[in-house]
Amino acid sequence: MNLTLYVWRQKDAADTGQLVRYQAKNISPDMSFLEMLDGVNQELITTGGEPIAFDSDCREGICGACGQVVNGVPHGPRKLTTTCQLHMRNFRDGDTIYIEPFRSRAFPVIKDLVIDRGSLDRIIQAGGYISVHTGGAPDGNAILIPKQDAETAMDAAECIGCGACVAACPNGSAMLFTAAKVTHLAKLPQGRPEAGRRVCMMTEEMLKQGFGNCSNHYECEAACPKGIKARFIAKLNREFVTAQFT
Amino acid sequence: MFLPASSVGRKLVMAATGQLMTVFIILHVAGNSTIFFGNLNAYAAGLHSLWVLLWAVRIVMLPAVILHIIYALQLTVENGKARPVDYMKKENRTSTFAGRNMIWTGAVIGTFLVYHLLQYTFQVTNPALSAYRNLDEAGRPDVFLMVARTLQQPLIAAVYLLGVTALLLHLSHGIQSSFQTWGLNGERSFPFIRKGGSAAATILWLAYAAIPVTIFTGLLLR
Repeated sequence: MNLTLYVWRQKDAADTGQLVRYQAKNISPDMSFLEMLDGVNQELITTGGEPIAFDSDCREGICGACGQVVNGVPHGPRKLTTTCQLHMRNFRDGDTIYIEPFRSRAFPVIKDLVIDRGSLDRIIQAGGYISVHTGGAPDGNAILIPKQDAETAMDAAECIGCGACVAACPNGSAMLFTAAKVTHLAKLPQGRPEAGRRVCMMTEEMLKQGFGNCSNHYECEAACPKGIKARFIAKLNREFVTAQFT
Repeated sequence: MFLPASSVGRKLVMAATGQLMTVFIILHVAGNSTIFFGNLNAYAAGLHSLWVLLWAVRIVMLPAVILHIIYALQLTVENGKARPVDYMKKENRTSTFAGRNMIWTGAVIGTFLVYHLLQYTFQVTNPALSAYRNLDEAGRPDVFLMVARTLQQPLIAAVYLLGVTALLLHLSHGIQSSFQTWGLNGERSFPFIRKGGSAAATILWLAYAAIPVTIFTGLLLR
């Protein structure tokens, strides 16, 4: 496959940046999207150019490090798939592909496609935890949890914190990320004692970090590589309302 | 934390005031529809005889409208700032034209509302047709005459159609959105609420648009 790429190149945080055109030649349809970029970078290095900077770590879709907006969609066109798990067979020979970083005031560009997602960590630091001494591993079934609640908590815990929800949101809101963590902990007995304080602190921190407000477009849900549902945002809202009366 | 300073808190105010206005809009169109049964004047006279109720509704609606506008502006400005550098290419998959343009359809509705109040409540735009000046055979203010004569004019009929169409777009996103904001949905009811919101908005649009359309085309006569 031969492809035309328009890649966002930006020297550093202070640079304004621009889209630069590249040709990706002899790409195998079995390559992942990141392997395709590795190939382009190899050629850039051998011809004395500056390779395209992008994030990746596990390359098996579980760490949340990779993330680019591919043709206007965070993580590219395939549903429930991270950029590293997106294969070139999802494209056709001769395609033009636009590659941009996740855009948000809270995600400053460090270089090219690499962004600083520390703002998501700061939302977690504001309350995305439980304050107990963990000690040794507890006995299984020492705390009984209804199957349904355990399933919902696990569904919410699937969030890998990649930030695709923020990138897709027309308002640049981190509501789906925050809602996933709030739901995960609020559904379990260990998370209940701090549930009210948590939802207030985390949503407050979200705003402080420069994310927008949710206005229920559900673009986040469509973009999420882990299938985190917008109904978790409804759960967050319920937790917030409950917190006002307790 | 002070409720109206928080992200979710302000959205709750938006949703609550929006729902209040939606209820008003439903009652309003129910009242309007008496025009099709030839007893709009009787309805209007009846409503004004219940002046305590009428003023109670007005006193509740005014702050609701003001709060809805203030928070709409504030949230829109904040959301705009959240993405200082826009995408060169962006594909929207679930968001709708209506959802992304709430501030603009809201602005159209707001402007229309001012005109609508000046026309039929304060009755200053067409003073010769004012219902207070013209009484019907039963001696009641002739609201039908005022409505019919004004909506027979193409420009005024067009303004009303534009106003109710902006309302259709606004509600097609707003109704489902207000349920989500209050968390009044679950996994099974969520798809139903999303479709139901658009369906309710469409029904309201048909009911409202029927008045200028039937009057302008001459289908509705006294």
